[in-house]
Amino acid sequence: MNDFPLLTLIIWLPILGGIVVLASGDKSPNISKWIALSFALLTFLVSLGLWVGFDSSTAQMQFVERSTWIPTFNVEYYLGVDGISMPLIVLTTFITIFVIVAGWEVIVYKPTQYMAAFLIMNGIMVGVFSALDAILFYVFWEAMLIPMFIIIGIWGGPNRVYATIKFFLYTFFGSVFMLIALIYMYFQSDSFSILDFHSLQLSMTAQVLIFIAFLLAFAVKVPMFPVHTWLPDAHVEAPTGGSVILAAIMLKIGGYGFLRFSMPITPDASASLAWLIIALSLIAIVYIGFVALVQQDMKKLIAYSSIAHMGFVTLGFFIVFNITQNPVLSSGSIMGIEGGMVQMISHGFISGALFLCVGVLYDRVHSREIADYGGVINTMPWFGAFMVFFAMANAGLPGTSGFVGEFMVILATFRADFWWALIAATTLILAAAFTLWMVKRVIFGEVKSEKIAVLKDLNPRETFNLSVLALVVLALGIWPAPLVNVMHETVANLVTQTSICKLPADEIDHCVLMQPKPIAATLHN
Amino acid sequence: MGNVYLTIVLAPLIGAIVAGLFGSKIGRRGAHSITISGVAISASLSLWVLSRFIWHEQPVFNDAIYTWMVSDGIRFEIGFLVDKLTVLMMATVSFVSLMVHVYTIGYMADDEHNWPHGALTGKNSYQRFFSYISLFTFSMLMLVMSNNFMQLFFGWEAVGLVSYLLIGFWSTRESAIFANMKAFLVNRVGDFGFILGIAAIGMYFNSMNYAEIFAQASALANTQVAILGGVSLMTLICILLFIGAMGKSAQVPLHVWLPDSMEGPTPISALIHAATMVTAGVFMVARMSPLYELSETALSFVLIIGATTAFFMGLIGLVQNDIKRVVAYSTLSQLGYMVTALGASAYAAGIFHLMTHAFFKALLFLAAGSVIIALHHKQDISQMGGLRKYMPITWLTALFGSLALIGFPGFSGFFSKDAIIEAVGASQIFGSSYASILLTIGVFITALYSFRMYFLVFHGKERMDEHTKHHLHETPWVVTLPLVFLAIPSIFIGWYAIEPMLVNDWFTSGNWMPIVVSHEHDTLHHLREHWHGQADFIQHGVTALPFFLAMSGLGLAAIIWWGVFAWNPRVDEKLQILGDPITKMLQDKYGFDDFNQRIFAGGSRDLGRTLWVTGDQNVIDGAIVNGSARRVAQMAQWTRHLQTGYLYHYAVAMIVGLVGLLTLFVSF
Repeated sequence: MNDFPLLTLIIWLPILGGIVVLASGDKSPNISKWIALSFALLTFLVSLGLWVGFDSSTAQMQFVERSTWIPTFNVEYYLGVDGISMPLIVLTTFITIFVIVAGWEVIVYKPTQYMAAFLIMNGIMVGVFSALDAILFYVFWEAMLIPMFIIIGIWGGPNRVYATIKFFLYTFFGSVFMLIALIYMYFQSDSFSILDFHSLQLSMTAQVLIFIAFLLAFAVKVPMFPVHTWLPDAHVEAPTGGSVILAAIMLKIGGYGFLRFSMPITPDASASLAWLIIALSLIAIVYIGFVALVQQDMKKLIAYSSIAHMGFVTLGFFIVFNITQNPVLSSGSIMGIEGGMVQMISHGFISGALFLCVGVLYDRVHSREIADYGGVINTMPWFGAFMVFFAMANAGLPGTSGFVGEFMVILATFRADFWWALIAATTLILAAAFTLWMVKRVIFGEVKSEKIAVLKDLNPRETFNLSVLALVVLALGIWPAPLVNVMHETVANLVTQTSICKLPADEIDHCVLMQPKPIAATLHN
Repeated sequence: MGNVYLTIVLAPLIGAIVAGLFGSKIGRRGAHSITISGVAISASLSLWVLSRFIWHEQPVFNDAIYTWMVSDGIRFEIGFLVDKLTVLMMATVSFVSLMVHVYTIGYMADDEHNWPHGALTGKNSYQRFFSYISLFTFSMLMLVMSNNFMQLFFGWEAVGLVSYLLIGFWSTRESAIFANMKAFLVNRVGDFGFILGIAAIGMYFNSMNYAEIFAQASALANTQVAILGGVSLMTLICILLFIGAMGKSAQVPLHVWLPDSMEGPTPISALIHAATMVTAGVFMVARMSPLYELSETALSFVLIIGATTAFFMGLIGLVQNDIKRVVAYSTLSQLGYMVTALGASAYAAGIFHLMTHAFFKALLFLAAGSVIIALHHKQDISQMGGLRKYMPITWLTALFGSLALIGFPGFSGFFSKDAIIEAVGASQIFGSSYASILLTIGVFITALYSFRMYFLVFHGKERMDEHTKHHLHETPWVVTLPLVFLAIPSIFIGWYAIEPMLVNDWFTSGNWMPIVVSHEHDTLHHLREHWHGQADFIQHGVTALPFFLAMSGLGLAAIIWWGVFAWNPRVDEKLQILGDPITKMLQDKYGFDDFNQRIFAGGSRDLGRTLWVTGDQNVIDGAIVNGSARRVAQMAQWTRHLQTGYLYHYAVAMIVGLVGLLTLFVSF
């Protein structure tokens, strides 16, 4: 089992699938769609092998594959997963299924290319999460832009050119600095292995510069305030599937980057600049919450809501430094990171589902304007029920996965600082306000127009999508232990790494981070 | 016993799921049968467990059902704590819920008329309604039976969700979907405090489990938290948690959602917005008595908020003409009484009043609902009158309910309310004299608005239109039977329960004390020490001030709305004109709604718009993102001129460059 290249399979199977689908052409789109769906399902099933075979009692990389790629520069084809990347990979392969299903009848223009783009995207995103070589990571990272660029550019809305250029330049702008940082670290360690980067000793100046370079790359992806403005535009123009992947997976890559690169490689810089990330996260939660409230376009509203929710992710990650540096507290840092992780996974399901919901309406009415709707539940009761459910999940209702991450992050943030927790907790009000106000205007009320009066309720395909996602959201809300348990060791290890000073010997006096405190033993069931 | 408790919780849940998902398949009969069976199982098992606690020394149950999650050393569990306090709540909740379920068969029988023609939502609304109220019963039971803060919050929000769904049940009515959003959001403001309180507990106690937290409470009693210049930890926790209770139990200033919640069908007004959910805050504070006892500041806060609500909300009840709204303001006021009792450390009295109130207020709401059915959904009491003749059972049970509410000697409300007033009188903490005065005058107000409504509805001239009058008759047995079943405890439960609950330390004895009261806060000791039986208590009661106030309220109501009203039906209107500025203030509900609407709702929208337009569109996108794109374009425009394509331009440039460089080399 250990020698079986499972990760390679999960990366290349969908990409191969994409090529097969492309080759099958648009002549018999139905067959191509079925091929696409089969590949998506198969990839998901294979990726479940990761979950089943995963050993959650260790923080070591698992399913490791390592071979030379470009020997001159020591670049390797180096893959592996831990408790942070594994759930994200499964999330990726899972969500892709729904994207394929959602586009089934709706995409009429070049449907096979559409499906192929998503399959290829799937493989690339898994690559990002499993790459342990910095260059391999960077290649996947940039490669990801291409299918998304195409998806928005070809199947997008009327203003798609502006949105794609903005999306591309924004993200590309950030990643260039990351490349410089990666190359710098290669010269320091003579290796592109990310794990080797973790054990580098770097001066404070170098750390700060690297931290900022990473921040530019990841902050754009997350996206964090103030580099978030590409997201609403990209979402509005993207086809439903594009929005789902964007919200459910691509944003997570930014969060993942903080955990994989910034925090363990530059702990000292992270510790001294944590205030900045925390401030930006809190601004995201409150500022974006208010902005979301007044959106007229459903997709924009959900996009802004995503930014606010991702604020919780970065908040949960970076309060770690405050907690580990507080001698009074023995725990809390693990909960913050785990909370952020759960929030990422959960947001994947919930925002994905909400974008699917908007897609359901858009396919029928061809409008995303809230004002064009009203009383939808009168003609689409089942759809209304789903929409209210996902809206409640978005507002963090206990019993849904949306609650778990928020709850953990608020609990952890309280340990770091009362006022931060207070600001973060306003999301309870704000998220409920912008989500339920939308629900009130779209779903409830009297039938607004003739168009609404003739709406047909969900078809089996849509029902499948929404009910599976609803079950997952519910299951994670009722019993998040299986998800959290796989992360414990990895996160504990990460917390240890972030509490060790990595400054070189001549700067040891400047260490803010002390010798590692013993991390409270994590309990298993 | 674990399985019994699990059954009590799950039976309504199963009913809710079946009725909710398969409502169209099993039909109306199937839906109400399965949900009523589920709740009946809960109710009978709860009553059985209650009897075990009363007569058989049933041991306290405190155990986990499953581990929800473990993170960072804190174990989050789903589990039950069943002690005397819990079991009392379980019995009350499931019994009232059962009555409401039965009643709903009658109330929702012709619900299709409440939906616009062709709306698919109206098709299975009957089944859906049953599903929701069963789901509510499940959530409420989870809330009261929880043994930890996380599950408490689960139940807390779940009842909020069902309340949201039920207030907006008639989703085509704009007023209903406004009210349900308002209710949810105002509750979220409370939950905002509540979750911070839970976070504080998580930080300092490293646990979510009640028993573990209570065990550490006294050790942390003197801990200070360095915010706002230093606050006692217990004060911080208790006030934060109480903010949650203010939302759920509708205390000033978070009370604004409750009157609007009357947009929901009447059965849920009785169940959720009178008898059970709104008392969750009261229950929570009583449950947390080991913490509240450690902070006198928090107790004073509770006391003052409670008394303010009790008095000022009661006053609004005087000017309402909608039958349900009168009862709603009465509920606000009575919740205030319960909360005040908690503030005075008379937790047992608060819970006692919670229980008696659950019966008589559910009764009053259901009676109001019965009247509403008979009058074809007309709710204006100025258009009623003389219903006594047509609806004898409704009339008599409503009379009993009203007498219980005003605390007529012998009725259940008499015992619980007198106990509260006495306890608050005995309290020594800051604000207790303020509270004492307000509660005592409140008795007069209660009697006045209750009997104003009673006389306007059941006595005097029949003021409804001829068509309605022609169809007037008593409601069917599914409606009147619950009235009778609720009237019985409304009359008698006080007599039977006061001795064990308040005198014989039912809550405060044994190894596990559900309610902890420190010696210096023991405001019920006077009642205990001078107890000579119920008859003696009544005898004392009729010589005390509250009795006279209640009787004068009743008497005044009789004179005005029975006597004077008979020959001058405009007396109500004239009185309101007479007291104009006050009436105006009461009708505006002290301006809370306007203020919230303008400042919070309007302000948030304006703020959001400003941030969006100036922040996102003008500054970030306009100046920075597209701005830098424009700079790049300008630069390109400018540098473009260098590449003219003319050979002589390049030649000149080369010569100039060459000369320049040569000069440079020569001079250095």
